[in-house]
Amino acid sequence: MSGWHRLHPLSPLVRAGRAVIALAFIFATTLRSSSTSGWDFAAHIGAIVVLAALGFVSWLVTRWRIDGNDLRIETGLLRRSSLRYPLSQIQAIDTVRPGLARIFGLAELRLRMGGTGGAARLAYLKDAEADKLRARLLALSQGAHEATPEPREHMLVRVPPGRVLASLVLSMPTVVLAGYVVLFFTVGGAVAGGAFPILLGDVAALWRRFNRSYNASVAEAPEGLRTRSGLVETRAETIPRGRVQAVQLVEPILWRPFGWCRLDVDVAGRVHDRSDERQTERQLRPVLPVGTRREAQQLLDVLVPGAPVPERKPPRRARWKSPLRYRRLAYVFDETYAVATSGRLARVAAWVPLTKVQSLRRVEGPVQRRLALATLHLDTAGKNVGAAFRDLDGAESREDLDRLTELARAARRT
Amino acid sequence: MEREEWKRPSPRLRRVRHVEALVPTAVAALVALVLAFANAYVGIGAALVVLAAGFVLDTLLQRRVSAWGYLEREDDLLIQRGVMVRRLSVVPYGRMQFVDVTAGPIERSFGLATVRLHTAAAATDARIPGLEAAEAARLRDQLAALGESRAAGL
Repeated sequence: MSGWHRLHPLSPLVRAGRAVIALAFIFATTLRSSSTSGWDFAAHIGAIVVLAALGFVSWLVTRWRIDGNDLRIETGLLRRSSLRYPLSQIQAIDTVRPGLARIFGLAELRLRMGGTGGAARLAYLKDAEADKLRARLLALSQGAHEATPEPREHMLVRVPPGRVLASLVLSMPTVVLAGYVVLFFTVGGAVAGGAFPILLGDVAALWRRFNRSYNASVAEAPEGLRTRSGLVETRAETIPRGRVQAVQLVEPILWRPFGWCRLDVDVAGRVHDRSDERQTERQLRPVLPVGTRREAQQLLDVLVPGAPVPERKPPRRARWKSPLRYRRLAYVFDETYAVATSGRLARVAAWVPLTKVQSLRRVEGPVQRRLALATLHLDTAGKNVGAAFRDLDGAESREDLDRLTELARAARRT
Repeated sequence: MEREEWKRPSPRLRRVRHVEALVPTAVAALVALVLAFANAYVGIGAALVVLAAGFVLDTLLQRRVSAWGYLEREDDLLIQRGVMVRRLSVVPYGRMQFVDVTAGPIERSFGLATVRLHTAAAATDARIPGLEAAEAARLRDQLAALGESRAAGL
């Protein structure tokens, strides 16, 4: 299996995705209306032919091959680009199957590269071919023989669909939705009508979350945690070991009676791009969209093994500054991890490996200064999570800043 | 922490901040005075309010200027700033992805520049305004060299 390969011929169609459905709908309605003249008909057919030709050309000029230690992808008709991805740099290979692709039995392979390499996309391949290629690339990336079978995975957690549904019913968008319905029947349609766009966004958000969380499962593989989920679009993603920037455990107040929580992991994908100064995408990924404490603990044991339990509390006078948060505030750090808990209504806990700390900040607001308190922030490459030691005693926070700086430096060196 | 000398931005930063506070104030006050042609009381009243706000802003900015400071240590750069909210940032050299030096039109006319450090974390807010052009260039080169020798991956 060497030499040049092409992607599946239906790839352009799948890649166009929703646009194809929208176009088909438009054409169908115009063609069915009685006033369609022959010219109109010809114009429509012409447009379809042109689009199909463009898709065909894009398929024709794209090819890939495994060339020694590289994966090479060539694409483009006028501006030809030839990309070379060193296999040894592969961090993880994700498999993504949008709804349309699943109908045709196709899959996309996304190779996440280390360093600043970005991601290589092979969209789309036949299902079986994609699985085989994934195993082969993984084997090659580890320097093993290419026929090495994919290593066995060890299933950790499977989220039952019923629980996903229940968790969405008990979520913010649903609360907003319920508020809207109440508004509609009490105040009347005129006021409620104004809020209609919010409602649409709400429903869309709920659908997206359901779609992403459905059938979620987490397994442990040698290269990291493998997460699988999806209703229409299914994804199989890997969280590579050693790439975890921060972990966050959230227990929303509405889930409390059931003891459910959500576990998010911040994985640095690509780093800041020098050329265009744009903050590249780094997503916070829900590894466990909704699970029990025990399941979360199981995953934490893999993600942040041996992390200490926060038990240091802020001084009692911090109550004045953070009355709602106070009873949740706690922190701890050792040579490897910093852990902090916080949250007003929801309970939030954050883990940061000290090797991933990018910078440290000590912030002292006007109220805090009066109470001789200060907050320590540990900034990580993720955008959304970063442990914060809130409302520490002022003098203590200085010492802790020095010690954390020291520990983070030591952690970086090893 | 070893006791070393904290460095401060150039004293000319005070003048930059004066210009930044007073030029917009003057423009807004003029606009308010034009209003005075339509309604004398409203116009002059608005102009006075604008001027008062401008002077408050100016004093705040001036206070902030003296709060800036930076300290180059062996492995990291410390930056402190702020009067109301006091901030101290520690940026390890090994974590810097790049350093850029910018100078807005007002800063440039006073021969000053701002040095900004970027790490992979978006929350890192490490900049030092009002550095003499020569000091800014020295700091940039120094940081770039230190960053290279201590670089650590993600």
